[in-house]
Amino acid sequence: MIRRAIRFLDQRSGSAPLLRKSLRYLFPDHWSFLLGEVALYAFIVLVATGVYLTFFFDPSTAKEVYHGPYAPLRGFHMSHAYKSVLDISFTVKAGLLIRQTHHWAADVFVAAIVVHLLRIFFTGAYRKPRELTYVIGVLMLFITLLEGYLGYSMADDLLSGMGLAIGYSVALSIPLLGANLALLIWGHPFPGDPSFWSRMYVAHVFILPVVIGTLMFLHLALVASRHHTQFRRQARQTERRLVGVPAFPAQAPRSLGLLAAVAAVLFLLGGLVQINPVWQWGPYTPSLGTNGAQPDWYLGWLIGGMRLVPHFDVTLGKYTLIPNPFWGGALFPLSVLVALVSWPWLERRLTGDHAAHNVLDRPRDAPTRTAIGAGFFTWVLLVFVAGSADRVTVAFGLSYPAQIWVFRVLVVVAPIVVFLLVRRVCRELHQAELIERDRERAEAEARQAAGARAPRPA
Amino acid sequence: MTLSRLRARALGRPGRRVIWALAATVALGGGVAEAQPPIGIVRPAHEQGQPLSLLGRELYAGNCASCHGIDGRGVGSLAPQRGVGAVKGLGPSLRGVGALAADFYLRTGRMPLERSGKQASRQGPQFNEREIEALVAYVASLGQGPPVPQPHPERGSVAAGLHLFTEHCAGCHQVAGEGGVLTGARVPLVKHSSPAQIAEAVRIGPFLMPRFSRRQISDRQLDSIIAYVRLADAPVDRGGWGIGHLGPIPEGMVTWLIAVVLLVGVCVLLGRRLS
Repeated sequence: MIRRAIRFLDQRSGSAPLLRKSLRYLFPDHWSFLLGEVALYAFIVLVATGVYLTFFFDPSTAKEVYHGPYAPLRGFHMSHAYKSVLDISFTVKAGLLIRQTHHWAADVFVAAIVVHLLRIFFTGAYRKPRELTYVIGVLMLFITLLEGYLGYSMADDLLSGMGLAIGYSVALSIPLLGANLALLIWGHPFPGDPSFWSRMYVAHVFILPVVIGTLMFLHLALVASRHHTQFRRQARQTERRLVGVPAFPAQAPRSLGLLAAVAAVLFLLGGLVQINPVWQWGPYTPSLGTNGAQPDWYLGWLIGGMRLVPHFDVTLGKYTLIPNPFWGGALFPLSVLVALVSWPWLERRLTGDHAAHNVLDRPRDAPTRTAIGAGFFTWVLLVFVAGSADRVTVAFGLSYPAQIWVFRVLVVVAPIVVFLLVRRVCRELHQAELIERDRERAEAEARQAAGARAPRPA
Repeated sequence: MTLSRLRARALGRPGRRVIWALAATVALGGGVAEAQPPIGIVRPAHEQGQPLSLLGRELYAGNCASCHGIDGRGVGSLAPQRGVGAVKGLGPSLRGVGALAADFYLRTGRMPLERSGKQASRQGPQFNEREIEALVAYVASLGQGPPVPQPHPERGSVAAGLHLFTEHCAGCHQVAGEGGVLTGARVPLVKHSSPAQIAEAVRIGPFLMPRFSRRQISDRQLDSIIAYVRLADAPVDRGGWGIGHLGPIPEGMVTWLIAVVLLVGVCVLLGRRLS
C-alpha cells in the first residue's frame, strides 16, 4: 500500500531520489542540536494558534460600549480590537486557551532562539562555511522581536498602549529621521491614525510571519546544503567525515517526539498559567497609565537600557539633536545586532583563521571567544535585569535609585570580570586536558616498551 | 544526606567546632537582647486596668509626643526640609486631623515612625486593638476633625470603580492594586486593605499621595473604587494560575524557569546517543 503510494508519487514527480537522500541525511548525535528545533516547533504552534485567532480578532479602533460577560468592564467605551480580544478570552470556544498558548509560544519561541544562539556562538558553529546561516538566524531573532511587539500592541489594552507610547518616543528620538519615521509608521501624532492598526495587523499576521518563514526555510536549506557540524567525540569524526544518525529511522521519531513535547508544554501553559490577562488592564486611553507596566520579556533589555542611560539630551542651542530614549531604545539594540552579525568576520580578523570548520569547538577549546561571548552576554543580561528594578523595589524594598546606580557600575565592571574569569577557567581546563593526554600517552608507551599489549584506543 | 552532615564533612572537625561556637554566641546574644528593655512602643505599667482616656493620653505621651508635640501642637522646624511631601518641622500638628487620620496611620502600622522624614510603610499595627481605640479617641479629642469613615462598597459599581481607579490611582498603585515605584517613594499595595483604610487614604493623601476632596472623588465614587479594589483582592483568574497579576515579568520568569528548563530537559533526554 505505502509502496504503491510512493510509486504513484515518484512516477508523477520524480521525487524518489530527493526523498532517499533526505531520509539518509546525517544528523549529529548530540542533544544540543535539538535546541533550534524547539524554536522551529514553537513557530509551528504560533502559526497554528495564530490562524485560529485571526478568525475572531478585529483590528479596528472604532469605539463601542462593552456589554459582554466580564462585569467590571460593562459600560466601558473601547475599540473593536480590545473588545474582540475580550470576546476571544470570554466567549469564543477555546479562545482563551488558544490565545494564551499563542502568547506562551511567542515567549518560548524567542527564548529558544536565544538558547540556540548561545549554543551556536559558544561552539563556533558560525564559522566558514556557515556565516550566512548564522546571519539569517540573528536577523530572524530581531524580526521576531518586532513581530512579538506588534502582537502585544494590537490588543489595545492599557499595557499595549503604554508600550506603543514608548515605541513612538523611541522612533521620534532617532536623530534627523525620527519625526518623519514616526509619521510614516503612525500616520499621525500618537496614538496615530486608525489605519495604523490595520498596518500593525497586516504586518503581524502576514508580512512578518512570511518573512520569518522564508528566512527559516533559507536557514534550514543552508544547514542541509553545508551539512551539520559535529563535536569531535570519536577519532573518526573529522573535518571531512560526518558521523551521525540518519534522518530515518533515527532522527525523525526523535524530532517528532520533540514536536509533541513542545506542543504539550505550550498548550499546558496555555491552559494552566495565565498570560496577559487583558481584562484586568482595561482599555487604553492616552491619558491613562499604570505603574509597573512592562513589555514582554524579550523587550525587557530595551526598558533596562533606557533606565540605565543617565538623563541627558544632546542639544544645540534650543534644538534637541539627540533625545535621550535614542541611546537605550535604539542605539543599544542596534549595536547588539551589529556586534552579533559582524562577529564571524571580526573573529576571523582577530585570529587570522580563514579555514572552513565542520568540527565544533567546545567552549574551553577557544578561551578567548568563550570569554568575549560570556562578557558580552553578561552585559546584555545585566541591562535586561535592570529593566525589572521597579518590581524588585516593590517586592524586596531595595531602593530604586540605588539599584540603578549599582547596575550602571555593574554593566561596565561585570563583563570585564567575567571575561577575565572565563578565559582563565577555559585555559586551565584546556591545559589540564593536554597534560592528562600527555600522561596517558607516556604511560601507554611505557607499557608497550615493557612488552605489555597496549589497550585499544577508546 | 542532610545539609548539616554535608557541611560537617566539608569543613572537617575544626569547622564543626567553629559552627558550635557561633551557634552558642548567637544563642547567648539572643538571650542578652531579650533581657534588655524593649525599644519601640512604650506602654504604661498597668495597661489593662486603665480607662481608655487615660491610656490614650499616656500612650500618646510615650510614643507620639516627641514628634507631634504636647497636646498635638506639632514640633516646629529643627532643620527645614524641602521637596514634595516634606514635613515642616519634626512632626505636624494633630489638631483637627480627627479620628480618621489616627485610625489610618495606626491600623496600617505606619505610625509610630522610626525617625521623622522617613516614608511610613504599610505593615501590621504596632498597637493592640484597645490601645488603638484609646489613641484614636485621644487624637480626635484634640480638635474638630473628621470621624472614621464608613464606606459602603456594596452600593458602588465595580465597573465605575475600575474606571475611577485607572484614572486616579493606577498610575502609582498599578491597575491591579499591586503597588509600584515613584521617584522618591515606594507605592504600597492597595490590595488587602479594609474599606475604611482605603477611604481614609483617599481623604488624607499620605506621604506623596495627593489628597482627594469630596469634590474630586465623591463618597459615592469612593464606594465604587473600594468595590473595585475588593475585586482586585480576588480577581477573575480565567486562564489559570494568576502569577501575581503583574503581567510580563512573572510571565518571563515562567518562560525561562519552567518552559525553557523543561524543554532543554526534553532535548537532553531525547538527544541521548543512539549510536
